[in-house]
Amino acid sequence: MTDNNTDADTTLATPIAPPGPLREFWSYFSENRGAVAGFYVFLLFLFIAIFAPLLAPHSPSEQFRDFLLQPPVWEEGGSWAFPLGTDPLGRDMVSRLLHGARYSFFIGVVVVSLATFFGVGIGVIAGFSPRWIDTLIMRLMDIVLSFPSLLLALVLVAILGPSLINAMIAISVVLQPHFVRLTRAAVMTERTKDYVTAAQVAGASTARVMFKTVLPNCLGPIIVQAALSFSTAVLDAAALGFLGMGAQPPTPEWGTMLAESREFILRAWWVVTLPGLCILITVLAINLMGDGLRDALDPKLKRS
Amino acid sequence: MLLFLLRRLSTFLPTFLGVTVVSFAFVRLLPGDPILLLAGERGVSPERYAQLLAKFGFDQPLWRQYIEYLGGVLSGDFGVSFSTKRPVLDEFFTLFPATLELSITAMILAVALGIPAGVIAAVNRGKLFDQALMTTALIGYSMPIFWWALLLIITFSSGLGWTPVSGRISLMFFFDDVTGFMLIDSLLSGQKGAFASAVSHLILPTIVLATIPLAVIARQTRSAMLEVLGEDYVRTARAKGLSPARVNGIHALRNAMIPVITVIGLSVGTLLAGAILTETIFSWPGIGKWMVDSIFRRDYQAVQGGLMLIAAIVMIVNLIVDLLYGFINPKIRKG
Repeated sequence: MTDNNTDADTTLATPIAPPGPLREFWSYFSENRGAVAGFYVFLLFLFIAIFAPLLAPHSPSEQFRDFLLQPPVWEEGGSWAFPLGTDPLGRDMVSRLLHGARYSFFIGVVVVSLATFFGVGIGVIAGFSPRWIDTLIMRLMDIVLSFPSLLLALVLVAILGPSLINAMIAISVVLQPHFVRLTRAAVMTERTKDYVTAAQVAGASTARVMFKTVLPNCLGPIIVQAALSFSTAVLDAAALGFLGMGAQPPTPEWGTMLAESREFILRAWWVVTLPGLCILITVLAINLMGDGLRDALDPKLKRS
Repeated sequence: MLLFLLRRLSTFLPTFLGVTVVSFAFVRLLPGDPILLLAGERGVSPERYAQLLAKFGFDQPLWRQYIEYLGGVLSGDFGVSFSTKRPVLDEFFTLFPATLELSITAMILAVALGIPAGVIAAVNRGKLFDQALMTTALIGYSMPIFWWALLLIITFSSGLGWTPVSGRISLMFFFDDVTGFMLIDSLLSGQKGAFASAVSHLILPTIVLATIPLAVIARQTRSAMLEVLGEDYVRTARAKGLSPARVNGIHALRNAMIPVITVIGLSVGTLLAGAILTETIFSWPGIGKWMVDSIFRRDYQAVQGGLMLIAAIVMIVNLIVDLLYGFINPKIRKG
């Protein structure tokens, strides 16, 4: 008996501090080497997006009429003035690609914010509403999900008029039902738990229970979905730009750049290859990160 | 099972009605006056304008227009395309086989490569092969397919000259549509080289369209296999001394296939979205290209009918997948 007590005392005397949530997250996240690599590439992308005007040697829209379709520096006819060559209008590829990162980042942030804000809001409301409102909301989401996403986004942009802003709105509308479904499902499982009942009994208002008590416990899957939506947003915006329904020329958006120079693919490989490569690397980095986030945040897969 | 069917149908019908409302509303919201677009450069006199307005029913109140439209849809009348003056339904089903043919070949490619790749990766978990395969799958999943298509064209069409750049078959061949599937029709025509031409036109679009479903199927198969491989019955099968091929290929794969089948079913929407880009790049005369062209031409009726028909196809396939799923897995039926 006494022995046991002393044992307990010693453990109490030297408490081992549990790792903080951020530290714990990082230890799971960093187990996935791909995710860490993706994270570093994403940081680089972020850096370029912020400092593009300082990094770019030229203005993205300045046309050097004497240097149309000049090849990259390592090919014959290339020069250090335009390290990755010039496009059909004589604009510097490096500068345009660097500025393109800004647009893609901007698209990702705006689309994910809009889709998450409305999707999570509607999802929480659906999870707490009476049956008929919940059914109504979910049927509406089913309707949106019945259309292939890119097609719906195309038609929405056709209605709103082709521009980058409208493309972002259209993509947010198309992505948002996924957030609604996910949030609603998470809310439904949390809602009946004891701590929620406790909060209600303690007199917390419905809004407080919805957004302060329950929502923080549903964030894991939402964060993962947000990360994966970021890459979908970049990809879909580029696809819309490619179809002429996104950012309009001369905007140095990667998809739009591809569409603009498509007819030159046989003469100048760099004008087509490089913007696409930028899209691929960005999307790949974000998807790698998303996979790592899911491993780190999804309690079901944790430690498996 | 009947109850499950009824319950599933009870969500299907309101959603379908919603889809008709959305398609109808969208098209009314498109900018531009359809009558003026129809008249084109020549313009139109006020009397003729009123006449055309009445002819298409645009002078009616919106709800009246919708009721009439819905009545038409239910009896198979989706209106007449403004630009070709043909019924939208005819137009759709003339072009649909081209999309279907491309989608089927893409799906076959994705399943034929994706499932074995996923199984092999799961069995060799953590080894070099698994890592290489999963990296490739993630690259495929992240691929901007319109760019991928251009790269393939640069390499194989213009670089090596192996495959044609666009279309479904060489212009040298002409034969009647029997099935609408170029592979079958070219064989039926008995013309020498027609089948080879059809195949060579199909290769690149198939690869492009299959890329994302292939990556998704490989990833899904791998994770489903990993889950199943840890189950007791698999250990029992191993302990009985069954060969690894039999345990992995038959015992484990059979149960791992359930989520994979769902993913395959859900890829239909992905395929149709991918078809928009693939068909546009390869000038493939299917419904994806037709929808894009119709949107650019502001062909109201075609966009409206196309949206609804495509949504209907996606919904019906999802319904079938759900029912199949309920059939395979009794737990879902009770749900």
